[in-house]
Amino acid sequence: MSRPNLLLLIGIVLVAPLSLLAGRVWLDPFADLSPNALIILTELRLPRAVLALVLGAGLGAAGAAMQGYLRNPLADPGLFGIAPGAALGAVLSFWTGLAGTPWILPLFALLGAAGAMALLGMIAGRTGSALLFTLAGMIIASLAGALMSLAISLSPTPFAMSEIVTWLMGALTDRSWHEVWFAAPLTVAGIALLLRAGKALDALTLGEAAARSLGVEPRRLQLLMIGGVGLTVGAGVAAAGIIGFVGLIVPHLMRRYTDRRPSQLIVPSALAGALLLLVADCLCRVLPLQSELRLGIALSLLGAPFFLALLLRMRRELA
Amino acid sequence: MTIAAQSLSLGTRLGGVTLQLRQGEVTAICGPNGAGKSSLLTALAGILPLDGGSVRLDADLLADLDPADRARRIGFLPQQAELAWDLSVEVLAGLGRLPWNLGAEADRAAIDRALADMQLSDFRQRPLSRLSGGERARAMLARVLAGEPCWLLADEPLANLDLAHQLTLLRHFRKLAGEGLGVALVLHDLAQAMNHAGRVVVLNGGQVVADGPPEQALSAEVIERVWGVTARWLGDPGARALVV
Repeated sequence: MSRPNLLLLIGIVLVAPLSLLAGRVWLDPFADLSPNALIILTELRLPRAVLALVLGAGLGAAGAAMQGYLRNPLADPGLFGIAPGAALGAVLSFWTGLAGTPWILPLFALLGAAGAMALLGMIAGRTGSALLFTLAGMIIASLAGALMSLAISLSPTPFAMSEIVTWLMGALTDRSWHEVWFAAPLTVAGIALLLRAGKALDALTLGEAAARSLGVEPRRLQLLMIGGVGLTVGAGVAAAGIIGFVGLIVPHLMRRYTDRRPSQLIVPSALAGALLLLVADCLCRVLPLQSELRLGIALSLLGAPFFLALLLRMRRELA
Repeated sequence: MTIAAQSLSLGTRLGGVTLQLRQGEVTAICGPNGAGKSSLLTALAGILPLDGGSVRLDADLLADLDPADRARRIGFLPQQAELAWDLSVEVLAGLGRLPWNLGAEADRAAIDRALADMQLSDFRQRPLSRLSGGERARAMLARVLAGEPCWLLADEPLANLDLAHQLTLLRHFRKLAGEGLGVALVLHDLAQAMNHAGRVVVLNGGQVVADGPPEQALSAEVIERVWGVTARWLGDPGARALVV
């Protein structure tokens, strides 16, 4: 195992148990656990930590693969329109008032993600061109965004509206093992697809023509990307709402520790994404605010300055 | 061993090109801008969907060949040497091994040979962004050679290179052809084609208008007809200069 991967793994092993102790109620690791504390630990904190690790890994891996696929360090898994598609599905479950029924919200979100994936595949067509693909993703994203706004503006009750808006901000608050049970297998399957795309992504470093001459089949790569990004991002949105910037920041930070081939970036980005989401979620829990800071907001607050710093550095390099 | 193109057509770019490339010689593909040179080369490499016609690699139809198998046999160097990530020379050359599955040992040996051939052994760890234009062009070629292809198709490999580097690369192409590779180059500099190619194919308007030894295919009469330029050749064979 390479050094950065090993260090990240050690980081995760160290931070994960600590994260279980932190929160509104601090648990004392050396005292006997009261029944209440045991419930907090096994039914709230543990699934929440596992979910943070799973979703972070998925977003990190999807971001690394996306940047490789679009050959652009500013690409983000959100670009494909899959996250907005999943969010639209979830919003519809609130809108119809079915969200309270168990499993309905994630099911709607996953259907939304699947719909966006199918549309992507159809619009982009059989050419496998990354440019068409990106444009198709942007169309889907803006359409899903508009439909979401429509649903919010037409929401049947103010209560549904506030539920939708809060949910869209993305959080791991009050998540249970339910979310882990569907998000974990989908994310693992998605990362497996992205890893399979690794070699083709490496070849794409040389441009589309050279990649084809190296035996890459653009259409097959496109399907692997739709499947991989769709499963990881779809599962993420279904479980936690929209959590941005992880897929953008993490591959960026990790790239310098690799030989810069996209295939070599996927695993470190998955590990670093897992660690970042776990730490960020802990911070959200322990910050002394009236109500818990939403994870999606926290990451955007972290992400925006990061993005700005990145742009300023690129501007210097261009000058 | 041949690559045989039979009446290739593609929109207005190629209008029924029939052509056979042979191993062991350097074939230059020349023609004015928009003549269809790059389209022809990418069609011969099997990476351009065609409207009509077929390309055969020996007995096999290129379109039916497994992409990895095709990639192991035909090396292709595109016109714009694009590199999305700032790889090191060694990692870049390693990309040439992607179609192969012979294990790390064989990959390492092929990469070492390609880098030594291109005199890049001392630059292995250096990122491409820190190479000069000439070194960069050699590194891109080393990537193709690391794939140990039987055919090398290069689209304007001499563009943006100074004279010394152009000559180095041309000598290398001839050496590769001498070792049995089939080499086809899109060239803009007619004098380089005249002096270094064993055979010249002249394209105009998507059709082959001349095909043969350089003296024949690039005669003053062909140059006038295709490029609309009155010119004549001076000097001895192998060291000719075009005077306009």
